[in-house]
Amino acid sequence: MTAASSSILEVRDLVTAFDTDAGRMTAVDGISFNVPQGKTLGIVGESGCGKSVTAFSITRLLPQPHGKILGGSIRFNGQDLVQVPIDEMQKIRGNEISMIFQEPMTALNPVQTVGRQLAEAILLHSGCSKAEVLASSIEMMKKVRIPEPEQRLSEYPHQLSGGMRQRVMIAMALINKPKLLIADEPTTALDVTVQAQILELIADLQKEMGMSVILITHDLGVIAQVCDEVAVMYAGRLVEQAGVFDLFARPRHAYTQGLLESIPRLDSTPKTKLKAIQGNVPGIADFKPGCRFADRSGREHTEAQLNTRPPFVEIAPNHRAENCPVCVA
Amino acid sequence: MSLLTVKNLQQYFPVRGGVLHRAVASCKAVDGVSISLGESETLGLVGESGCGKTTLGKAIVRLLKPTSGSIEFDGHDITRVSTGALRPMRRHLQMIFQDPAESLNPRHTVRDILEEPFIVQKIGTKDERRQWVVKLLDKVGLSASVMDRFPFEFSGGQRQRIGIARAIALKPKLIVCDEPVSALDVSVQSQVLNLLLDLQREMGLSYLFIAHGLNVVKHMSDRVAVMYLGKIVELAPAVDLYQNPRHAYTKALLDAIPIADPTQRRERQLLRGDVPSPINPPAGCAFGHRMKHPKWKESVSMDLTLQEVAPGHWVQPCPCCT
Ligand SMILES: Nc1ncnc2c1ncn2[C@@H]1O[C@H](COP(=O)(O)OP(=O)(O)OP(=O)(O)O)[C@@H](O)[C@H]1O
Ligand SMILES: Nc1ncnc2c1ncn2[C@@H]1O[C@H](COP(=O)(O)OP(=O)(O)OP(=O)(O)O)[C@@H](O)[C@H]1O
Ligand SMILES: [Mg+2]
Ligand SMILES: [Mg+2]
Repeated sequence: MTAASSSILEVRDLVTAFDTDAGRMTAVDGISFNVPQGKTLGIVGESGCGKSVTAFSITRLLPQPHGKILGGSIRFNGQDLVQVPIDEMQKIRGNEISMIFQEPMTALNPVQTVGRQLAEAILLHSGCSKAEVLASSIEMMKKVRIPEPEQRLSEYPHQLSGGMRQRVMIAMALINKPKLLIADEPTTALDVTVQAQILELIADLQKEMGMSVILITHDLGVIAQVCDEVAVMYAGRLVEQAGVFDLFARPRHAYTQGLLESIPRLDSTPKTKLKAIQGNVPGIADFKPGCRFADRSGREHTEAQLNTRPPFVEIAPNHRAENCPVCVA
Repeated sequence: MSLLTVKNLQQYFPVRGGVLHRAVASCKAVDGVSISLGESETLGLVGESGCGKTTLGKAIVRLLKPTSGSIEFDGHDITRVSTGALRPMRRHLQMIFQDPAESLNPRHTVRDILEEPFIVQKIGTKDERRQWVVKLLDKVGLSASVMDRFPFEFSGGQRQRIGIARAIALKPKLIVCDEPVSALDVSVQSQVLNLLLDLQREMGLSYLFIAHGLNVVKHMSDRVAVMYLGKIVELAPAVDLYQNPRHAYTKALLDAIPIADPTQRRERQLLRGDVPSPINPPAGCAFGHRMKHPKWKESVSMDLTLQEVAPGHWVQPCPCCT
């Protein structure tokens, strides 16, 4: 992990759970990572592994009253976000930390114009005049490359295409020039062509504004193209973290290796068998205390390895893994 | 002889509006598509959202009534045959959908779901059908013990296996696979793709394989067709298409694929603008129109029927994109 002084965010031993009818479900089970200043950390993992819950923990937007942070710390700008009172957190959110959500329609208000929503995002955090608000709204719409911004400001979200909505959400997230942007699957619902536009847009704005980014995705292609650091999540935990070149060249955990091998490559011979990971992603109720990838790894684990959690440690310079002796060779 | 021959197929939907709810325009979802498919062959179909892939697939298995053109399947013209007359052919013509949860009846057990095709076709005794169901489950890698469970008790990958089991129940000749792995976890996708490849080899199936992920399409297909706004703009052997794309749209699609290798980062020629609407599409070359190409005007008066530029490699001959 990079030196503490150059990280904008430091997450330590974060535990987040939901109280459900079936009991307490630990969705994020003690994860630690840093976001390097001005860089992009990718969090990659399959459905249900806890990516969004991690994002909602950092922004303190967990569904209430069921979602709770049970332990750990999230240090940002010298304060622990876990301990910050909720009204203080509201000021940080949308100002210093912004989030782009997986589904734009949940974040946009369907009965308000785009312009009104942008204006509210600005006014919440500053005392600008009406004219200033309009000017910066138009500027931001231009930045996210929405054609005819003046006209779009008076439209409603449903009048926009999926890619355009995603851009409006990015505009809202960036209008107050946050230090940290959390983008939760910003392109999953979009075509590859629009995805490429949006990713390039985020990267450009990042360069221009010097912000740090957490990019959440299940797509290793996206990770490879835009991230500096990568954290691989599986079943509520981090199994591996490293620089992007290191991780793709030398994946150490059996899960990361399996994932990388199973994606069809453009240079593969058509209609040949792909490598596959056996079994299915476990549901939250089936999370095991020990190595959670054991039953899919195709490798024999001892009783002790199934029952004791392997430590998440540095196994090579700047390369960490959940060090199950069977899965990390 | 090919198993499937589609000629100049059009599938329009009425767009209704006004107080009388009359058809005021038409959505040209599929607008003059010609393709063919041989035995044991896979034709991949790619294109942006809304370009008409699902509509083309549904028209081919005759879940829709084509507006014009013709569909010949296994020597029969099925363009206009009625549902009743289609029944004997239906067993050879199946479709798998993106979201298996939506296409499997939630109140039916796996056994009900898999027995149904046999019952509809009135074949087998109760005992025989039960045996077939066990065999089908085995074929798609599920144990016979799941027979009395309901779809919601399975993971996405397992549900897709059930969908595949149902589609192959009657030993079809052609399956339209509409984004069969898009809803699945990455680690499960390759299991399902391998299953489809195995079944093809074993049963001699033909696939029309629709997907967003171009790397997936390339891996699964013998030939690939690229669709834009209701029309095929390029069609070629899979490897050839990826190595020598001729149409500007194919190049743009290939360029946008995020390659899972950080040493292959590249400057992209990004496509600007959004996918246009198939309601009142532009005349001439639609992609040239989107790109505001200076030569687009020339394409308006041209015949844009696909031309063969290399063996088996077909492309729309337009002045702006090729
Ligand atoms: N409000 C909630 N109540 C109970 N459990 C929840 C709630 N929200 C999420 N979970 C559970 O927490 C786990 C992690 O969910 P999360 O949304 O973080 O997954 P994810 O990694 O973002 O997946 P995806 O790729 O599908 O978005 C899941 O098992 C989910 O069922
Ligand atoms: N039953 C229908 N009635 C009216 N319009 C329809 C109907 N089905 C599809 N369309 C329209 O036809 C066009 C093509 O849709 P289609 O679903 O075939 O696209 P697609 O290529 O499968 O897209 P995706 O990748 O998003 O699945 C779209 O504009 C769609 O809105
Ligand atoms: Mg999520
Ligand atoms: Mg579709």
